[in-house]
Amino acid sequence: MTISSHGHLPIGAPIPGSSFTDLISSLGHAPAVEVPNGRDGKLEAPHGTTVLALRYEGGVVMAGDRQATEGYLVAHRHIQKVFSTDHFSAVAIAGTAGLAVEMVRLFQTELEHYEKIEGTRLSLDGKATFLSRLVRNQLPMAFQGLAVVPLFAGFDEISGVGRVFSFDVVGGRYEENDYGSTGSGSRLAKSYLRTAYQPDGTEQIAVETAVGALVAAADEDTATGGPDLIRGILPNIVAIDADGIRDVDEGLIRSAAETALGGVR
Amino acid sequence: MTPFYVAPEQLVRDKAEFARKGIARGRSIVAIEYDDGILLLAENPSLSLHKLSEVYDRIAFAGVGKYNEYETLRKAGIRQADVTGYLYSRHDVTGMGLATAFSQTLGQIFSHEQKPFEVEMLICEVGLEPTENRLFKITYDGTLYDQRQVTAIGGKSEALEEALRDGFEEGMPLRAAFELGVAAFRSAEDRDPDGWEIAVLERGNGRRTFRRIDPADLTG
Repeated sequence: MTISSHGHLPIGAPIPGSSFTDLISSLGHAPAVEVPNGRDGKLEAPHGTTVLALRYEGGVVMAGDRQATEGYLVAHRHIQKVFSTDHFSAVAIAGTAGLAVEMVRLFQTELEHYEKIEGTRLSLDGKATFLSRLVRNQLPMAFQGLAVVPLFAGFDEISGVGRVFSFDVVGGRYEENDYGSTGSGSRLAKSYLRTAYQPDGTEQIAVETAVGALVAAADEDTATGGPDLIRGILPNIVAIDADGIRDVDEGLIRSAAETALGGVR
Repeated sequence: MTPFYVAPEQLVRDKAEFARKGIARGRSIVAIEYDDGILLLAENPSLSLHKLSEVYDRIAFAGVGKYNEYETLRKAGIRQADVTGYLYSRHDVTGMGLATAFSQTLGQIFSHEQKPFEVEMLICEVGLEPTENRLFKITYDGTLYDQRQVTAIGGKSEALEEALRDGFEEGMPLRAAFELGVAAFRSAEDRDPDGWEIAVLERGNGRRTFRRIDPADLTG
């Protein structure tokens, strides 16, 4: 089966079901996850650092710092780690940035492709299950130190609540009751969240808590980049509720960052 | 082996007649440009078997005729679009590219298969500017028409197109376009419609411009 922009369409060929990932695999275009033979030792590539998500009454907020770190150096100050994946879900990435961004692109296409082919969206559980398969596919790379560990959050249209899922390097999927975090600063972020988290807070409180956790992580984890008001670098934050996903207003993030940084001593 | 000689003219004529008969049994679909995009209006009694579908960010599909056949084409179009967009960029998926691929495919099937597809289809693309809108109509034998402003497919497509052209005005609002479509159906079919399936490609809808519309929102 071949696909070209002006050739004819794959009508008679054996066609996989509704999965885009299976489709490109059958076409030989799947992202390579094999490690070259005879390669040992670790490859240095930029790593994304701290991302987190927390539930609030009626939805979920997801946030990420903007820094990619390579060894002891800052690789990029402006990268995006929080991606909307469809109308009701988002993925935040930590680990090897290049592989993670590609995984997100595939995941986004997968969700949209399924929705168009089937005429209906995957359930939130279905999306999380599929993402864990993508993480597991990266296992050979994880053995080389090139792990990708995403965080997944979305609004569940069936139960009407926001939900958060975290993953481990082998594709294990764990639903979080209140908040989840992954990346180098995640322990620091979680210990901040443990005391600051308000389960029945509003979206605004959730945003302020998320920014506070990122500032706490950046304060002690050298790899995590906190809000930088001088350069105008602010965390990426999205909120997802019954109306869908949207970027949180930058003014709100900035004032939350100012408050959080003011509290740092 | 074919036991008897059949003249190619005869073969093509028979196939075309067969396909046209199948299409004539189906209910028609119209597409009308309006101020903010393109309206697709299909007569469709079913609430779950769609004739209109999103293909890509700015591109929609409409098919009449045999359900399993246009459904096969619809899915093939979505696959082609998503693969192209994933391998290159979202900008590289165009209505023109898809329409020519459908045309090739239907032409191939018409000349090589025993039974041609009994379908007619539309590929519509909403442009950033109204002048960049594209309406492509592709018939059972792969003939590709590049239409402007209005187009129709199905058994009564010619009568429909005539009625649509008579009432069309540049920059109509959505409701007026819908009313024009309904009036054209009534004059071409001379009966009450069996239920509407409505979708638009609307410029202001963000990246994915396709949106389904509840008929009650336009008739109320």
